[in-house]
Amino acid sequence: MSEQPSQPTETWNLRLYIAGQTPRSIKALTNLRTICQTYLEGRYTIEVIDLIETPQLASRDQILALPTLVRKLPPPIRKIIGDLSDIERVLVGLEIH
Amino acid sequence: MRSTTTPHALPPLPKAPSGIHGIDVITEGGLPRGRPTLVCGNAGCGKTLLAMEFLVRGATEYAEPGLFVSFEETREELITNVSALGFDLIDLEEKNLFAVEYIFLDRNDIEEVGDYTLDGLFIRLAHVIERIGARRIALDTIEALFGGLQNEGIIRAELRRLFRWLKERGITAVVTAERGDGTFTRHGIEEYVADCVILLDHRVHDQISTRRLRVVKYRGSTHGTNEYPFLIDTHGMTVVPITNLDLNHHVTTERISSGVAPLDEMLGGDGYYRGSTILISGTAGTGKSSLAAAFVTGTCERGETALYVSFEESPAQITRNMGSIGINLHRNIKAGRLHFHTVRPTMGGLELHLAMIADRIIRINPQVVVIDPVTALMTQGFQGEVRALLTRMIDLCKQRGVTLLLTSLTGPGQDPEGTDVGVSSLVDTWLLVRNLEIKQTRVRGLYILKSRGMAHSNQVRVLQLSSDGIRLEEEVQ
Repeated sequence: MSEQPSQPTETWNLRLYIAGQTPRSIKALTNLRTICQTYLEGRYTIEVIDLIETPQLASRDQILALPTLVRKLPPPIRKIIGDLSDIERVLVGLEIH
Repeated sequence: MRSTTTPHALPPLPKAPSGIHGIDVITEGGLPRGRPTLVCGNAGCGKTLLAMEFLVRGATEYAEPGLFVSFEETREELITNVSALGFDLIDLEEKNLFAVEYIFLDRNDIEEVGDYTLDGLFIRLAHVIERIGARRIALDTIEALFGGLQNEGIIRAELRRLFRWLKERGITAVVTAERGDGTFTRHGIEEYVADCVILLDHRVHDQISTRRLRVVKYRGSTHGTNEYPFLIDTHGMTVVPITNLDLNHHVTTERISSGVAPLDEMLGGDGYYRGSTILISGTAGTGKSSLAAAFVTGTCERGETALYVSFEESPAQITRNMGSIGINLHRNIKAGRLHFHTVRPTMGGLELHLAMIADRIIRINPQVVVIDPVTALMTQGFQGEVRALLTRMIDLCKQRGVTLLLTSLTGPGQDPEGTDVGVSSLVDTWLLVRNLEIKQTRVRGLYILKSRGMAHSNQVRVLQLSSDGIRLEEEVQ
């Protein structure tokens, strides 16, 4: 569980914005799950927000592009847009070392 | 409208009035309804204001709710900035006639990994459009997308989709953009927004700045193609579209008194024609302003409204001086019938002056306008420009049936008949006042050089100013 001893209790709170079950949304969610299971095992949460159902939430996180992944925790907030197909770049974007 | 359409003629392009008077005149009714209009210009030229006024007027005057999508200013900043123009956005928001959607984009915050769409933007717009039932939208400025996102291919495809999406919903859009180098916009978005293009410009010449507007393109409609000056003041934006291409204004045979009974007599007995243009030329101190003051006083005493534009004296000074020859201006100022517009000629360029005077005329709606002296504007432009300006001024007055009186100051040694303004051919009635020496006395001689369409006196009368008023004697007393 504590593969990264420097931050043993750090929780990753991730939020993925999508609009419906499009192939791009599904791809992004699949890629995100793979990354989390591989690098953040046991210390992450993923919240999926479908803006087709809750459009009023789009303004809150200043969402323009979809899919958008928002790293709520740890701070600062980071955003990654796209289908997350390049795992290396997602790791850089989320600052997962 | 549809029933009158002949089988072969296409129905006229539906238009959405902008509510900005001058723009609706130039575009012959407003912006293309249900389509986007591109408004481009450099920073600080008034793009945001035009977009905002389009929405505010739409909401207040045409009951069309509007959504302002701001990529630069927050809702709070916009509310503060336009409150100086008399726009109460909070009130409109409460009535569900207006909404701001602030879109913040920071390239440093965002990592792009793989393919994406701008569906988030569409969802946000759709949400507000549905909530307030928006019929109008302003995108200020959509080109911020190019600065905030990296994948230009996606942005372009999505912009194309966005404008199609807005058209499908029948929403009239104003899209602002910065001018590019040799192109209308920096990122070439005129490619997607091509139905109507309005160019704004803010030029400084001889340390005097003038804002100008031009409709570059209007698909499916005729429009004025000139550059029109505009000003931004506490009422919003005023564009001055005063170049009437045709001379078909309404003409009346109605006469109005010059305010001086003997002068009416010289003019065939009844004074000037209503809606005509009168020029009074003369050297300094020959009584031009007095004749103008008598004219506006006569107008106000009939219960009409007059606007007196003075480039030389303050209202207080004119009132005092005219009081000395028995003309009481104060009474009519107090009664709200006489309005003054006094500015130094050096305050702005010719077109700004024109815009300001036109703005007063449109707001006050007077029957009579005096510009005293029109020659003061000469210092602010070349003769050709002055002539063009006066032509526009005269056209505006004629269109509105306003009687316009101009005074012209002749310099020492100049021939008053060869008036330097070059407007004599534009005026209908031309009076000259000159100093004469009769029986070893210097007197003011007044005569009518021309007066279109009326029998008039050929006499030179002696103009006398006294505490009893203005008198015109046939001979020196």
